[in-house]
Amino acid sequence: MSAETVVSVARACVEFDGEHVLENVDLSIEEGEFIALLGPNGSGKTTLIRAILGLQPLDHGKISLFGTPLGRFRDWHRVAIVPQRLPGATSIPVSVWEAVLSGGITPRGRWRPFPRSSRAAAQRALESVGLWSRRHDRLDTLSGGQQRRVLIARALSTSPDLLVMDEPTAGLDTANLQALTALLAHLHNAGTTIIVVTHELTGISDLVTRAVVLRNDHHESVKYDGPPPVPADFNNDVHPHHDDPPEAPPTVELDPS
Amino acid sequence: MSILDYDFMQRALVAAALVGLLAPLIGVFLVQRRLALLGDGMGHVALTGVGLAFLLGTAPIPTAMVTAALGAFLIEFIRYRSRTAGDVALALLFYGGIAGGVLFASLAPGKASSSLNAYLFGSLSTVASGDIVALLSLCLVVVILMAIFGREMFAMSLDADLAAVQGIRVRMMSTLLAVLAAVVVVVGMRVVGLLLVSAIMIVPVAAAQQVTRSFRATAAVAVLLGLIASVSGLVTSFVVEVPPGPTIVLEALALFAILALVAVPLRRRRRETH
Repeated sequence: MSAETVVSVARACVEFDGEHVLENVDLSIEEGEFIALLGPNGSGKTTLIRAILGLQPLDHGKISLFGTPLGRFRDWHRVAIVPQRLPGATSIPVSVWEAVLSGGITPRGRWRPFPRSSRAAAQRALESVGLWSRRHDRLDTLSGGQQRRVLIARALSTSPDLLVMDEPTAGLDTANLQALTALLAHLHNAGTTIIVVTHELTGISDLVTRAVVLRNDHHESVKYDGPPPVPADFNNDVHPHHDDPPEAPPTVELDPS
Repeated sequence: MSILDYDFMQRALVAAALVGLLAPLIGVFLVQRRLALLGDGMGHVALTGVGLAFLLGTAPIPTAMVTAALGAFLIEFIRYRSRTAGDVALALLFYGGIAGGVLFASLAPGKASSSLNAYLFGSLSTVASGDIVALLSLCLVVVILMAIFGREMFAMSLDADLAAVQGIRVRMMSTLLAVLAAVVVVVGMRVVGLLLVSAIMIVPVAAAQQVTRSFRATAAVAVLLGLIASVSGLVTSFVVEVPPGPTIVLEALALFAILALVAVPLRRRRRETH
């Protein structure tokens, strides 16, 4: 069985008000890869992910998901995102259980009751992150790390083939970080393609199969694309653009262990 | 002599019960999306419809419904197009709505501008027998649409980007929600009045979330509180002989205050059990 190309990005460019945020990004992600998308703030990581998910239109270039051009892609159930938080759960009480179930809501299901199989999958996902006992609690009464685990359960409940995570390790304590790492290792072994958008590889460096470093100071946004660890050259801004104001040093950190 | 012996009170009670039921159902999504003031603006826009109805001699409910629905589309368009200056653009639309309503009513023949008051703060006697059918059908439409699209709206209100990646048509859901809010405004304008109707969308929700732990429970408790406030407020208004809008809203606010007080020890106890 040959590996399927999950994400294909060709010469992708995005501009905001004339500023190049992404320039000529070429990226091909194969089934089962564990990608860390690295780069300092403003390097276009988030824009690239939004573009891959169809949330950010491209000015030039093409993106395909699972071999289908984004404009015609309909198999969104194969894709899941783990955000940093759920904005709507802070203004109204939302239970942990409701937050997890919300991952399974699709337009196709609107004409019938919420399927029993989706409930069962949501229960398994919440059990797998160890928070089934907290299902009736308000999401915003959980700790930050626990909320992150709920959002992971939300994504897992749909058994995605592609999992995109935004800064999953940020602000986690050791216990939550270990739980997350174990879970990611399990998913990776099961063949899920994983993209982690992050500032740092701390805690997950053993799992990552490929690091992609973005930096928007040249005509190609992708600065490094290869196995970890990221060579030291790419950790420091070796070619500062003469127009750029001095910036904080880029924070591509490697796990010291 | 019972209140129910008066035909106009029977009709007013039905209208009040309908708005008490529907308004929090829509309001819970507005609060979740941090659009609590959207209903307020919709009421202002609907006022132009009422003014137009006076001027043209058409029926107020359909005219206000069309105006408010157009306003809902316009509001969603503005929100989508201008991310930063959106709230200023909305403010302009809302001021225009009030000014247009008062202006058209003043231009209308007869005593239209004095009966405008009944639409601003609600009235016990203005629910005509023909209105009941119109109100019931509007409510039926809202309930059916919520039954079909409510889950997708919930997902959208949690996080629009996540919802979009689940294949949910976020702009369509957002526009639908705005139009449903417009429907509720028109349903409530007779009894609660256009200036206060959005309070029945928001206050019961704010009260309910003091004591609830889930979205579903918040919606259910809010609907219950909305019903209690609107029906008892209407009766109070009959007894005290004041417009029903203010009594309904003040009773809803009183419920909010009571639940906010109850919630303090409740939360403390919950924190201790964890």
